[in-house]
Amino acid sequence: MNMNRRFFITLTGAAAIAWEHVLAGAPEASPNYKMADHWWAMLIDVDKCIGCGNCVRACSVENNVPEGFFRTWIERYQVDDMHIEDPLVDSPQGGMHGFPQRAPGTGLTGNSVKEFFVPKLCNHCADSPCTQVCPVGATFTTPDGVVLVDEKYCLGCRYCVQACPYGCRFIHPEKNVAQKCTLCYHRITKGLTTACCEACPTGSRQLADLKNPKDPIHEFMKLHSVQVLKPQMATGAKAFYANLDGSVR
Amino acid sequence: MNRFKDAEHLVRVAAVFLVGVTLFLCFRAWFVPKSFGEYGHYRGDSIAEVAALPIVHAGHETCEVCHQDVFELKKAGKHAGVNCEACHGPQAKHADDPGSVKPVLPDTAVLCARCHEANSAKPKWFPAVVTAEHSQGLPCNTCHTPHSPHIGDAPAAKEEKK
Amino acid sequence: MHLFPAANFTYPNETQLQWSLLIVLYPYITGLVAGAFILASLERVFRVEAVKPTYRLALLTALAFLLVAPLPLQLHLGHPERSLEMYLTPHTSSAMAMFGFVYLWYLMVVLVLEIWLDYRRDIVLLSRSSKGLLRIIYKAMTLGSDNISERSLHIDERVGYIITLIGIPSAFLLHGYVGFIFGSIKANPWWSSPLMPVVFIFSAMVSGIAAVMLLYMALTKMRHRVISIDCVDAIAKYLFYIFIIDFSLEMLDLIHRVYEADESFRSLDFMVHTSLWVPHVIIQILLGTLVPITILGATQVLPLAEVVRKRMYAIAGCLTLVGIFAMRWNVVIGGQLFSKSLLGYTTFTLELGSRDGLATAIVLTIMPLGILYVLAKLLPPWPQNETT
Repeated sequence: MNMNRRFFITLTGAAAIAWEHVLAGAPEASPNYKMADHWWAMLIDVDKCIGCGNCVRACSVENNVPEGFFRTWIERYQVDDMHIEDPLVDSPQGGMHGFPQRAPGTGLTGNSVKEFFVPKLCNHCADSPCTQVCPVGATFTTPDGVVLVDEKYCLGCRYCVQACPYGCRFIHPEKNVAQKCTLCYHRITKGLTTACCEACPTGSRQLADLKNPKDPIHEFMKLHSVQVLKPQMATGAKAFYANLDGSVR
Repeated sequence: MNRFKDAEHLVRVAAVFLVGVTLFLCFRAWFVPKSFGEYGHYRGDSIAEVAALPIVHAGHETCEVCHQDVFELKKAGKHAGVNCEACHGPQAKHADDPGSVKPVLPDTAVLCARCHEANSAKPKWFPAVVTAEHSQGLPCNTCHTPHSPHIGDAPAAKEEKK
Repeated sequence: MHLFPAANFTYPNETQLQWSLLIVLYPYITGLVAGAFILASLERVFRVEAVKPTYRLALLTALAFLLVAPLPLQLHLGHPERSLEMYLTPHTSSAMAMFGFVYLWYLMVVLVLEIWLDYRRDIVLLSRSSKGLLRIIYKAMTLGSDNISERSLHIDERVGYIITLIGIPSAFLLHGYVGFIFGSIKANPWWSSPLMPVVFIFSAMVSGIAAVMLLYMALTKMRHRVISIDCVDAIAKYLFYIFIIDFSLEMLDLIHRVYEADESFRSLDFMVHTSLWVPHVIIQILLGTLVPITILGATQVLPLAEVVRKRMYAIAGCLTLVGIFAMRWNVVIGGQLFSKSLLGYTTFTLELGSRDGLATAIVLTIMPLGILYVLAKLLPPWPQNETT
């Protein structure tokens, strides 16, 4: 890359201003962010996921996720159309380093087998069972629809981990408090997208703001069928999946 | 008067309970964090605490401020939708201090295979190869320019390697 | 071709169990409390004279176990120092938070108050007759009131009766709530059931009654007194009938699951046939329920000598205690052995020395007996007119 010095100095100034905005420390310091104006969700197009694991790695780095635990992960499905309630599923290290091709002889074979990847994360449920059972109010839904954990207040009783139908919560091995995907709240309140969406190379994952009339999710949901995971649990999940197969657990 | 005398011990019990409850309420008023209940049944300050966590990925809009030329090249090619940090990793530190924090260029032989190594689970529309046959171990940028990788796309700029 | 259960998938965060041995112990302990109290109320409210020798013992047993009950909860927390938050900012939608108040209500308003009222005359007399530190303790327990006139004791009797009356539904609430803590989790098909609080209550009654009966028999023997056969006959009869109700409830749950065979059935069925086979089928159902019910049933229908009956009650009682512990184990541990994806399982490793390991559990099980010993010394539960 070639850049002359004058160009560089001008751009440094512009970059510095842009970065100041990014580094603003709190919602009050980004005075344009009002919680009531937003209702966060995520749109995932299963057909676009290539199982590269970028999202898992990016999330892990962005949020300092302890090793062996996952705020987001990818599952690989193999489905035989004679037994769609019996998929073969794996998620080696959450898909963090991608997925090795299955060795011959392992896994399902035949004409009627299809395979695909499904990214998973906290669904930031509008009627969240995890916030319902928290005994002290250490996990809660913000006015803009993000389910967060108050690490200073959580007493590590693990009731929320039991109550989550999706397996997205865990206990931090050192801090001994509940942890989960925060929808990169520290980024989305500053106009950035989540780390997983930033890193996704195919656009399979898209952050969505349901209260923003210009958000592409509105048009998308008009034209496509979307589902949520485990709809029978009536959690008001806000991770919407397009092209989700019926075999997905 | 007599009746009270015989039930007086019950009054003492009630008094003990009352003292206990009062002490508890005082302790509660002192101990519960001030911002608790501000937005709901939780510590209101917690929202700001989460929002103030450090940023690790700069976000492609920040990259584009300085690297406009790469952006122009990329947006016409097949990697138009691939954000910078998807390949280059988190670069918030670099964006904060571009002069002294230099990102390490990824090794294409490893990086590209993460997405493009053939796998039966990958969707059929996605370009994938068996790298052992396709490149015989050569790094991918021997033939492909990562920012606009499809051979034959214009502009086929020759990028200098740093 | 069915791969299930050859393949094994759990969500990536489901590697370890969240709740382990201490959380098995806690419903067991609160169950003993509720059951012991119900036995006490048999005499007080339902006027079953035969069980009178165990009345005070049952109350002290309930208190000893109730004092220990919060400890397994606190010790398993990630931050025990924050446990007071449950009382300061309880989340009213959380069964766990509200249980803290049910516990407090039961401890202070029901149990402590009832024991105090029943023992008040003895406490005042002991405060007059003892010396030194003991005298100070008894004096404090009188709350400064010296009045043991007949009228005041009559008032105690009436108030105590009302408290026991309130105490019976409170005991149901205490342990039913624990059942609800599990039964209200829709994410877990092994737990989620409206039957859960009811099953917990009845199994609590069974374990509590068996525990008091065994304690009565053991302590009476240790004190070289005669075990009242009328007393243990009556207790065993109630134990038998409540056991039948408990067993029927558990069978109802099982039959319902097998018949409806919803999406969770295959995964749970496999779990019961493999990792839960010994704890659930062999220990809980066979040894812990069917065998004691048969033994107790035999004593109800066959004419057997006193000595034989006492031995059979003792065996049945011990098996019952083991069986109900297994039931708690199967609920708590069993509910976490299978993945919520319903496609796989994990394993439970019992740690020995950690904060929520086996050593701690053993200490917590023995501790109530130690407390009971102190309470029995302080407030002797034995009837005045015992035969040697």
